Amino acid sequence: MIDALLALVLVAPPVLRPSSLVPMQDTTKGKVVYVKWCAGCHGDGGAGDGTAAAHMLPRPRNFTGALYKIRTTASGQLPTDADLMRAIDEGLSGSAMPAWKGRLSDAERRDVAAYIKTFSSFFADTSQHVAPLKFSGEPSGGTGANALKTGRQFYDSIGCRKCHGDQGRGDGPSAPTLKDDAGFPIFAADLHQSWRFRGGGSAADIYRRLRTGLDGTPMPSFSDLIDQKFLTDEQLWRLAQYVRSLSPPEPPEVRDVIHAPQIAGTVPVSPDDSVWRGVSRYWFPLVGQVIRKARWFAPAVTGVWVRALHDGHTLALRVSWDDRTQSPDSAWLGFEQRVLETVAGDDSGQPPPKAEPWPDQLAVQFPRHLPQGMERPYFLMGSETDPVYQWRWTSRPRRSVAGLARGIERFDTLPGAPAGQASFDHGEWRLVFTRALATPDTANEVQLEAGRAIPVAFFSWDGSSGEHGSRMAVSTWYFLALDRPTPPGVFISPVLAMLVTLGLGLVVVRRAQRRGRGGPGR
Amino acid sequence: MSKLGVAAGLAVLGLALAAWSHYPVPDAQGGGTISGKVKFTGAKPVMRKIDMSEEPKCKAKYTAAPPTDESVVVNANGTLADVFVYVKSGLPASYKAPAPAGPVTLDQDGCRYHPHVLGILVGQALAIKNSDGILHNIKAKGTKNRPFNISQPTVMSSDRTFTAPEVMVPLECNVHGWMHAWLAVLPHPFFAVTGTDGAFTIKGLPPGTYTVEAWQEKYGTQTATVTVAGSETKTADFSFAAK
Repeated sequence: MIDALLALVLVAPPVLRPSSLVPMQDTTKGKVVYVKWCAGCHGDGGAGDGTAAAHMLPRPRNFTGALYKIRTTASGQLPTDADLMRAIDEGLSGSAMPAWKGRLSDAERRDVAAYIKTFSSFFADTSQHVAPLKFSGEPSGGTGANALKTGRQFYDSIGCRKCHGDQGRGDGPSAPTLKDDAGFPIFAADLHQSWRFRGGGSAADIYRRLRTGLDGTPMPSFSDLIDQKFLTDEQLWRLAQYVRSLSPPEPPEVRDVIHAPQIAGTVPVSPDDSVWRGVSRYWFPLVGQVIRKARWFAPAVTGVWVRALHDGHTLALRVSWDDRTQSPDSAWLGFEQRVLETVAGDDSGQPPPKAEPWPDQLAVQFPRHLPQGMERPYFLMGSETDPVYQWRWTSRPRRSVAGLARGIERFDTLPGAPAGQASFDHGEWRLVFTRALATPDTANEVQLEAGRAIPVAFFSWDGSSGEHGSRMAVSTWYFLALDRPTPPGVFISPVLAMLVTLGLGLVVVRRAQRRGRGGPGR
Repeated sequence: MSKLGVAAGLAVLGLALAAWSHYPVPDAQGGGTISGKVKFTGAKPVMRKIDMSEEPKCKAKYTAAPPTDESVVVNANGTLADVFVYVKSGLPASYKAPAPAGPVTLDQDGCRYHPHVLGILVGQALAIKNSDGILHNIKAKGTKNRPFNISQPTVMSSDRTFTAPEVMVPLECNVHGWMHAWLAVLPHPFFAVTGTDGAFTIKGLPPGTYTVEAWQEKYGTQTATVTVAGSETKTADFSFAAK
């Protein structure tokens, strides 16, 4: 009997308590992970003040206030555990926060999430209400004209444009005054780059951000408007879908070679010429120049779109990029000063530079000569012994020059400048450089030959972010290929081949038929 | 014309509500009173003018003089307005705060907060009104209370409550960088905000010795120790000097 009871006890499954259903979290182990992987940016005490923090904009999260941008909870509420895990697992696009899934084990990520919560007493406060909002499913038809029209209507009526601007590039009238709760300057998001949205770029992600707001930032929650029937839940979805429609359907893929088709007639010199609409565009990401002093860790221009055409005599290169400001712009001087004070350039201990009305600039770089192999000059503006050939455009004075760069510090202007035409429209610069494919100065100016891989690189400066000189955004080398006009043979040969094949086939069939009829009877 | 009338009516109503909620009068049945004035010494600072050109609707409300920064408001009699005076400590442990009456109203009118400085009880509703009918967002940036940030693009009102005592919870609008208000959350009703005469009165205090603090947005805080017994009235004057 006793044996039987003992056996029962041993065999009986332990009673499942709710806590054992949740994976165990260990803050002691979490601390080990935190100190090794997180403290460098977020600081030992979780105050967002690690050694790397001073170079970042946006700054790393300060965990002591328990304020989190990306949540599924109402404005001001603590995030759920799932919200924290999402940020850790997937990272926060458009910021320095990487995705940790795959780098840290499931247990390590859970433990570190638990440890992060110990930095604020709010998480231990059981009176805090932590529940995700009830989100509806996305209504269909979100890319249709009617949905987008409704979305745009609410974009205007609830005042999105105040910060995000009329076309959504973060250039609204209030944008230059924005600060986060810690007093750091903060940009209104460029809604044309949904792949950089911290909480994800889908319409559903955008809808959630509209419902929850981004705590610690100027972005409010719009949930009260649904409660008060100013708009319906579906209309808020339409707004999210409209915002989503401003960005490309997929994040831009980086392709190494810009193909410049040859067109009949002459190339367009204006950036707003309708010819450009039919030309493929290529995306090239830019990063801060952190190799040479003064370094720059917060590039304002995150990439450029490039289109190219030629007509057998002249190349037209169209570069467009999002920039909130048509610099210099006195309305942004205060913002520029705050950016310069927030983003430390070097460890030199120098005081931050003073904000000045710098212009916007863009440079396109080529080697002086087309390389035979893969050897190219140093991508960062060449060197004393191996200079690079550049086109440089500035917004004020509005002009384009060509010259030789021998490193960041030295630029010698050449007499022959490319033609440059630029327009600025609601936070976007569009610039077209045109230059003859062949020029007399073959020693210094790259000769643009069709059918060759022409190395090309891009540099950008946003004056209103304090960018000038070595404080700039840079790309690596890519290639420009001027397509040769297609020789007529390309179109004729396949047709000829088909005709010959057809003819031969007919002959074979005819002969087979004749043999069938004229052959011995069966 | 009728729109204007409605707006004006709302504005008046808002101001009236604001004024009404300005001085919560606790149960005045007996108890001690602390009253006084908040003086200002030194050169009266020149307050920055606020350019409201981006909001013509707000700008139009300032016909007499352009609006100015409200961080220091010196009255005609040389006293300071918008100083928050409250009992910081000294209440008996047994003291139980009265259940909060109706909401305290904060109105956004003319792209400014009315009042600029206000107090509220823990658990009491703050009714945040938008009388302007243009986009404001209201952000509370407390550290002891959870923050919030809500959008109000139209004439509307939203209620929020606060769970912990905190002096001060900064309130701000990010659409209009000049809009700031200061909210004190207290576990008791013994507070007042100085008005155009620079005077304050705190009534209904149980007998005891209190630390009374005067808070001014730009000049910081000052404290006084006051003992009250029975239903007597004690005076506590404060003085802030120009910086």
